[in-house]
Order: sequence, then structure tokens, then C-alpha cells
Amino acid sequence: MSLRSFIVSRVLLTIPMIFVLLTLVFVILRIIPGDPALLHFERGVSPEVLAEFRARLGLDRPIWEQYVNYIAGLFRGDFGLSMQDYSPISQHIAIRFPATLELTIYAMLFAVLLGVFLGVKSSKRYNSTRDVSIRLFGIVTYAIPVFFLGMLLQLVFSVWLGWFPSGLRFNPRYHLPPPVTGLYTIDSILAGDFYAFLISFQYLLLPSVTLGTVLCGIFIRLTRTNMLETLRMDFVVAGEARGLSEGTITYGYALKNAFLPIMTMIGLQFAALLAGAVLTETTFSWPGLGRYLIDRIYYRDYTAIQGTVVFFGILVTLVTLVVDVLYAIIDPRIRL
Amino acid sequence: MTELLRIRDLSVVYKTRRGTAYGVNGVSLDLEENKTLGLAGESGCGKSTLGRAIIRLVPYPGQIASGEISLNIEREILCGGGVIRKGMTNLMELNDEQMRSLRGCEIAYIFQDPMTSLNPMRSIGKHFEELMRAHDPTVKKEAAVERAKEILEGLGISPERVLDYPHQFSGGMRQRVMIGLGLALQPKLLIADEPTTSLDVIVEAQILRQVAELKAKFDLTMILITHNLGVLAQTADSIAIMYAGRIVEVADTGSLFESPQHPYTQALLESVPDVSKPEKRLTWIPGAPPDLTRPIPGCMYNPRCPHVMDICKEVNPQLVPSKTGGLVACHLYDGG
Repeated sequence: MSLRSFIVSRVLLTIPMIFVLLTLVFVILRIIPGDPALLHFERGVSPEVLAEFRARLGLDRPIWEQYVNYIAGLFRGDFGLSMQDYSPISQHIAIRFPATLELTIYAMLFAVLLGVFLGVKSSKRYNSTRDVSIRLFGIVTYAIPVFFLGMLLQLVFSVWLGWFPSGLRFNPRYHLPPPVTGLYTIDSILAGDFYAFLISFQYLLLPSVTLGTVLCGIFIRLTRTNMLETLRMDFVVAGEARGLSEGTITYGYALKNAFLPIMTMIGLQFAALLAGAVLTETTFSWPGLGRYLIDRIYYRDYTAIQGTVVFFGILVTLVTLVVDVLYAIIDPRIRL
Repeated sequence: MTELLRIRDLSVVYKTRRGTAYGVNGVSLDLEENKTLGLAGESGCGKSTLGRAIIRLVPYPGQIASGEISLNIEREILCGGGVIRKGMTNLMELNDEQMRSLRGCEIAYIFQDPMTSLNPMRSIGKHFEELMRAHDPTVKKEAAVERAKEILEGLGISPERVLDYPHQFSGGMRQRVMIGLGLALQPKLLIADEPTTSLDVIVEAQILRQVAELKAKFDLTMILITHNLGVLAQTADSIAIMYAGRIVEVADTGSLFESPQHPYTQALLESVPDVSKPEKRLTWIPGAPPDLTRPIPGCMYNPRCPHVMDICKEVNPQLVPSKTGGLVACHLYDGG
């Protein structure tokens, strides 16, 4: 099978997956006991107000019609209306999501680079002092609650040293670069505004290092375990016996073959991070989508929850798709 | 006759939790140019460890404890830190970088299992390219691929397969690729560690014939490690029999098969099935291979030896000239 036909068939497989996901979210939110409209208002609300509320959100229709409208709406990029003020949820997502995405990308980058590097170093000297201390570092950082590490870094680098701001995404006294992607670092590069890039990076650094440090423990252990396995394999020894350099052996032979499970983990963690950076976003007042979701849950804003969860679900499915395609590009055997 | 390889008192230890095991115990060996030496013995006797020690790649946790491995180097070899001079060179005195530049260039090593000895992530051509560039960074990619095609064609593999990946080749073809890689830089010494054990007999015969042709063509000196005495009968000029990390007998192939001296060699030859004498019952050697972490006093073979004498349980026999012109380490022959 060629790479192209592999990608096409993998994309086609994604369609039923997303469909099942959408249906599940729809069903679960309707199984939950309690009438969302009643819960939304104070006790003793007039029936007219209730009826109007239901009509505007489409909750007065039969279930099957609600389902059809919901699916049809998603095809148009319509994630429904918020119960609070009838504002389109897609708008909220459009504003909040780039913040979460930017944080996630930088945190992942930090976690993977540091984790894989330390994991490789660790595996090369099995059971040495270096190995043990790197493993200890991985366990300790993984065990630290993310908000605690965040607060610690805020205390040291914002309060004591004053090097980095302790929250928000950008300096309110400086004007933002024109929005293109919504990722401030990329927008400012596109606009050629180096100063704006520095500012956005300065604001990004603490939250992404916090999130990345907590994550890198997973990558240290995963890289180390898989490297130890591949370093023992015949082709690694055979490569050494041909006099290849240590760098080729470590990175081109062992790491490249140990990388598939690491990539799976990158995909899984990336998806989990997009949805789960809530604590970091709260600690650093980061205006992301995770905080929006928590906010909506407090208000029992069912339609907003549905819209946001569906968005996250589709995102996770797409990330998995990308990981699978990358698999095939990296490993020639999967294309078979 | 020029000497190519001289090994003196070579010992390799494995430090394990159960104690220190001598995988190779005080082995001395001489090898003349253009000869094939067969290294035989049962599993765990140290024959592979000896082979790996010659390229100083003893598998973890083994390490070379003492001894001398001298190789007659016939051309000056440039490597990162300078030049390795011509003439007899003790490999134990070379640094890691110098040793690396000898591997694959002066000494080639072929492994037992061709199915796992090639990097699954690299095309065959890339294997050749990185080998050549590891030993001479000035080699151009195109030149390396051209050379790879030439070599493949010489081994009976169609040159356009240079872009294919290892999983697209059969076991026999992969072993031919391994041989091609081993001989690409025209080494003087080829160490083949059970090169045909995992192949079927027809492919085995083809590969052995090919190796014999190449040996004549490139003036190779060869060490053939195997437990298959039949293979050695066809290919080796002389044979060294190993038992428990020591060499117990060395002799010309003809005299070893006609009149084996050491009781272990005799037993080993007895246990080879002979289809021309179906009435002969297959014999085996009673007892189990020795536990190398619990060395016994005297000759390591004494618990299994039919000719055991009192002295065998006290004094370890040294290699002495045998009446067939070889060497044997047994108290039956040293007048003890």
C-alpha cells in the first residue's frame, strides 16, 4: 500500500469515529436527570419565560429533530448557543482555543525535547549515578501537582526575581499583533514585530515550563525503557560492529526505532493537555478553553458544555489521525 | 606466511549478581593470513564472546579483563584523532575512536540472525551510504549508492532494490546484504558468528559457497564461529574447540576429524548424526555444561570426562603440542 492510499483509508476511518463520538455526547447529556431549562432559572419562573428559553435553544423540539439539527449545525461549524446569553459557542471557542493551543504546543515542545534528551542520556549509562538522578528527577516532577509547581515558579521568577509576569497572555500596555492564527508568538513573527514576540514569549514561558516539566517525567521513563530495549537489539550491535559513530547509533538506530511508542504518547498527551490544562490555565490566569469549560460547568450551561466537549472530542480524533499518519511516514513497515 | 591476528591470555569476565563468570578464560590464538579458522563448541562455551572481544564489543555486562589482541594492519587508517600506523597493533591500546574506525574497515563482523541485523528504518542503500561515510566523510551520497548497487549485483541481488527496506527481503538475501556490508570496505579479517544457523540448508549452502568465493577474491582471513561441525569440515583450514571459556584443542581440519585428541572433541564428533551410517546410535555427552560462575578446580571438563584421572580434579591442563601437529589441553597427553 502506498503512503497516499494509507492516508486516504485512515482519513475515511475517522468519519465513523467522529460520528459515534457526536452521538455519544448528545445521548449522555440527555440522559443526565433534570431539565436544563428548569435548572437554569430560579424556582417559580413563569411558564412563558421557560417556553421562550426552550424555543430559542431548540429544546422544545422532539429528540430526533434536536439530534438532526445538532449534527447539521456541526457541519456548518455551528456548535450551538450558550444558555447564558444565547451567544454562539463557536465564537467563544474561536477566542479561547488559540490560547490553549499555544500553551499546549510550547509545553509539549518543552516536555518532549527535555524528556527524550534526558531519557536517552539515562539509557546510555544504565544504572549509573546519572541514570538514577535523571529517573529521580522524572518521578519527582511527575509527582508534583501542577498548580503547586506553577505557584512555586511564580514565587521565584515573578515575585522574587521579577523576570517573568505571573499571569495573563500579553502586556495590556502594548498593542497586540494583528490576529492571523490567534497564537501570539506566531502572529507577532508574521507581523515582523520582534518586540511583541518577546513579550508573548515572556508571558508564555512560566506556564509552559510548568506544564512541560510535569509532563516530561513520562517521556523520560518511556524513552529510557524503549531505548534500553532497542540498544540491545541485533541491528544496533551490528551497526556498532560496522564502526558507525556513536551519534548515528544512538539517534539514527536506537532512538528512531524506539520512537513509535514515544510518538503515541505525544499524541495522547497532546490531546489530554488541550482539554486538561485547566489547572495551569487557572494558576496563570491563562484565558484558555479549559477555563471556559470549567466556567460553563459551574453555570450548568448544558449547551455550552455540549459544544465545547464535542470540539475537544473532534480535536482528539484529529490528533490521533495525525499521529497515525506520522507513524506511517516514520516507519516504512506500517505502510505494508 | 604472515601472521594477521595474535591473541594472548585473553580473558573476558561477566560480572553478574550470581558472581563473576569467565566467559573467555586465558585464551591464546594465532591466525595466519588467508586462512579460515573455525571456532566450535557447545552453546555458552564462549566462542561468540571471543569473537565479540576481538572487535572489543563484548555484550553488557561483560568486559575484557586482560590480555592482548594484536592485529596486523596493512594500511594507514585515518581517524578523528590521527593515524593508526601499519604493522602489528595491540587493539587493547587503541582508544574508542581509533577502535571505531577499525570496525567495519579492517575487521568485519557478520551476525547470526540476518532478520534482525539490519536497521528496519533504513533502506539498504542508506546502510551502505552511512557505512562508507562513517569511515570517510568525503564520500558523496551518489558515489556511495553506486558502490552499493555494484556490491549488491555482485552478490546476486538486483541493483534497483537498493532503495528497498530490510523487511522487503528474505532471510538469505538479508544475510547476503550483511556480507556485502561487511566486505564493502575490503577488510582483512572477517568474523562470521554463526552466519547460516538461522537459514535453511539450501540457502546455507549458497551463502557458504558465496563466502568462500569472496574470501578467495578479496584475500580474506576468516574466523567462522559455529556449533555446526559439518560446516567447518567444508570451509575451515583449522579448527579450535572451546569448552567453558578455554580452548581445549586446535588442529588442522583434516586431522581433527580423523583423530580428535581431546575427550571433549571426541565426544563432540560422536554426537554428530551421520546419515551414511543409520545403524549408528546417536550419542550425547552426559552431564550439563559447566556453570561458569562456579569454577571447579582442575580441568573444567572432568565431571563429564570418561577418562578422568585424579590430577584432572586438581590441575588445569595447559595447551601442549599434540601428535597430530595441533595443540591439546588434556592430562592424557601432557605426561601428567
